[in-house]
Amino acid sequence: MSKHTLNINGQLQAVDVAPDTPLLWALRDSLNLVGTKYGCGVGQCGSCTVHVNGSAVRSCMVPVSALGKQKVTTIEGLDAKVTHPLQTAWQELDVPQCGYCQAGQIMSAAALLRDKPNPTDADIDAAMGGNLCRCAAYIRIRAGIHRAAELANGKKKVAK
Amino acid sequence: MNKQINSEVPAEVSSPARRDFLRMSAFTGGGLVLAYLGAGDSALAQISKPVASTGADFVPHALIRVGSDGTVTLVSKQPEIGQGIKTSLPMVIAEELEVNWKDVRIVQGDLNPAYGSQGAGGSTSTPTNYNEFRRLGATARTMLLSAAAQTWDVPASECHAAESAVHHAASNRKLTYAALAAKAASLPLPDAKGVKLKDPAQFKLLGTRIGGVDNPSIVSGKPLFGIDVKLPGMLYAVYEKCPVFGGKVVSANLDHIKTLPGVKDAFVIEGTDNLRGLMPGVAIIAETTWAAFSARKQLDIKWDEGKGANESWAGFADQAKKLSTQSGTTTLRKDGDVAAAMGKAAKTVEAAYTYAFISHASMEPQNCTAAYNAKDSSLEIWAPTQLPESGQNLVAEVLAMPKDKIKLHIIRSGGGFGRRLSSDFIVEAAAIAKRVNAPVKLTWSREDDMRHDHFRAGGFHFLRGAVDDKGKLSAWHNHFVSFGNKVTRDGKPQLQAGSGASLSGDEFPGRWLDNCLLEQTLMECNIPMGPWRAPGSNVFAWVFHSFIDELAHAAGRDPLQFRLDILGDKEIVPGTGERGQPYHVGRMKRVLQEAAAKADWGKKKFPRGQGQGIAFHFSHRGYIAEVAEVTVSKQGELKVDRVVVVTDIGSQIVNLSGAEHQVQGSVLDGISTLMYPELDIQRGRVVQGNFNEYSLLRIKDGYTKVEAHFLKTDFPVTGLGEPAFPPVAPAICNAIFAATGKRVRQLPLTHTDLSWS
Repeated sequence: MSKHTLNINGQLQAVDVAPDTPLLWALRDSLNLVGTKYGCGVGQCGSCTVHVNGSAVRSCMVPVSALGKQKVTTIEGLDAKVTHPLQTAWQELDVPQCGYCQAGQIMSAAALLRDKPNPTDADIDAAMGGNLCRCAAYIRIRAGIHRAAELANGKKKVAK
Repeated sequence: MNKQINSEVPAEVSSPARRDFLRMSAFTGGGLVLAYLGAGDSALAQISKPVASTGADFVPHALIRVGSDGTVTLVSKQPEIGQGIKTSLPMVIAEELEVNWKDVRIVQGDLNPAYGSQGAGGSTSTPTNYNEFRRLGATARTMLLSAAAQTWDVPASECHAAESAVHHAASNRKLTYAALAAKAASLPLPDAKGVKLKDPAQFKLLGTRIGGVDNPSIVSGKPLFGIDVKLPGMLYAVYEKCPVFGGKVVSANLDHIKTLPGVKDAFVIEGTDNLRGLMPGVAIIAETTWAAFSARKQLDIKWDEGKGANESWAGFADQAKKLSTQSGTTTLRKDGDVAAAMGKAAKTVEAAYTYAFISHASMEPQNCTAAYNAKDSSLEIWAPTQLPESGQNLVAEVLAMPKDKIKLHIIRSGGGFGRRLSSDFIVEAAAIAKRVNAPVKLTWSREDDMRHDHFRAGGFHFLRGAVDDKGKLSAWHNHFVSFGNKVTRDGKPQLQAGSGASLSGDEFPGRWLDNCLLEQTLMECNIPMGPWRAPGSNVFAWVFHSFIDELAHAAGRDPLQFRLDILGDKEIVPGTGERGQPYHVGRMKRVLQEAAAKADWGKKKFPRGQGQGIAFHFSHRGYIAEVAEVTVSKQGELKVDRVVVVTDIGSQIVNLSGAEHQVQGSVLDGISTLMYPELDIQRGRVVQGNFNEYSLLRIKDGYTKVEAHFLKTDFPVTGLGEPAFPPVAPAICNAIFAATGKRVRQLPLTHTDLSWS
């Protein structure tokens, strides 16, 4: 065990865990931020996606010892008021089925929208290809990303 | 370490309001219960009257509380696994209660006999609760109307309920439910005859689009799922089982494991012989999940692998091929004379269809949290389960505990698909917790989850069929070779078919043909099998509608007309065998013709490489037909462009958003399961362990335009978690044939070269 100071959602947080502990488990077990989900442990499903310095990263693949002062954002820290356009669109279009993968989907999509505010379907395929949804809610996930882009661009009218 | 307690999940089940509510629901004795429904209705419909201590709240039933503060709390008694039941069933009560949906708060019910049956399986939650939930809401509304009428001293018939209030139009007066709660709580339950259900034409909530009630928690990452449960002082467990099913622990390096960082304990659990119960293994208890996962890598266990150690998929496939030349061990159906009909046939077709074992692969790996209290020998369990009472029963049986000492909290599941109808992970957590002086959360790794599933059984269908000179199906012979486990029943060993590994002789087209022979042979295996979304149906529809398509093409007939001819003109075909149930041919023909019409069946011209396919299936009380349109590139890449789905699931869609979501998800899950997943078995072990070896559909393959049409009929309201799944694969494979001339006879699709020139 060793002490690590992590920059999580804008706050410095101390965790006392083995250095090889993946960020995923430090978040879930040590910091009680359980919105980030365990799905595969090998970077194949995207359920554990968080942002590290703004980029989408699979937190199951990043040991806490490798983080240093890098800024980590989790689903809990995406928007203090839960009004990120993706969070709004996800509720408006009723995107989740079981919901387990959705934090990871939203975090991947948030990184995409930051780089490409008006993503094409091909952009979505490329950015979201690492996020599995076993319920196969992909139709609404894609629609949710497009809707969030609209919301971010000021189109507030409720989508059909 | 951060000591903050993550209280969201436990808090919801133990908040003061919740405790009162549960105490209330225990008040079903003492003459306060009135069974107000007619004969045939279950105990669920009993209404328990509130007691004085509830103050001003109106609690007409264990599932309903109308608060004097204006909130309406409804208990969702069914497990939520992504099928949307936590939203849709409370909508039924709210509709009849005439309450504003925004005033409704929904809490997940624990396992509690006061609630009646609690299970999420077989798409049964809606059909078994719909009518009773309407009456519950209507009864509560009737009492609130009476309370207002008495307050105003006017006839109740002059009052009406709307938007969480009772209105008296003649005098333009209104009393909110909040204001009426105390008065309503003092009233006797109305006579059943005095409770009027709404005219469905007046429904305001049912049939509209309502978002999932947990969506706000999901999009903000709040603790919600089984794996999110955290209790004060909780420890974390992993459980290593023999890679060969049922293998026993001979020895393990427990002393070394106990010295590893963060490890609190390690021990062997002997387990039982039940392949779907508590399997033998080694538990490691640690301070964190990662400490437990890390220690596990150093486990050195000597296993007695037992009788399954030589099993392999290749071996079973060889065995099935040999069996195909023999008669089946069981005759499921024998009508007419298949051999004679084959002799007289204009055309005959012979084909073998095969599908692999697959895993459920829910995104949330199996997990369960349990706390044992040695003082009173009681156990408290937090489980993401589809069948909570079954979990309680298994724990009671294996740990020799009385059921009333086992309290079970139902926690939202990150996907079900039938996996959590099994309770193996619950009994493992319970057995571990009993030996640990702290609450314990057992978390399965993805590899545990994939390799220690209760699998969808693989299978082999050896089919022969004939069409006569009129182009009609005249004979059908299937020898279905599948899998069973050896079990002991009444002291005798017998082979028990796995879930989905046995066929009813009534399954379409069994009952419809003059000459039909259905046989089955089970191969004994040590592989545990369990229900997988639309068990049996999920593969039978593919096999039978693919082979029917082969016969239609052999006869040179239109695949739609060929099927309509088989279905015939009788409105209902009664069940014949012990598993038979009536089949409403009229309902099926209507969805089939509607699907064809919506898809312009037979009217569209497709270039080579594109085509349409059609299929239908009756399962889970639902009549569903589907038309798929595909494009297959010359290189053999498949794109499913469009799937038209027409359902007859009765007189009312409860939540339109949820219903469409289940259809969209079923279609894409159907495409996924057709295209990718497959487990190999070698030396008794499942080879694939994670998503890098076991592929599922990703978003780039999810462009299919899914059109869901719900026929409103006069039939009872039924469920939609499963029945839209089975017709997907055959509709697509029949479309592939239309596009390319290639017939798919093996799942997944990776075995079939679809390239054409």
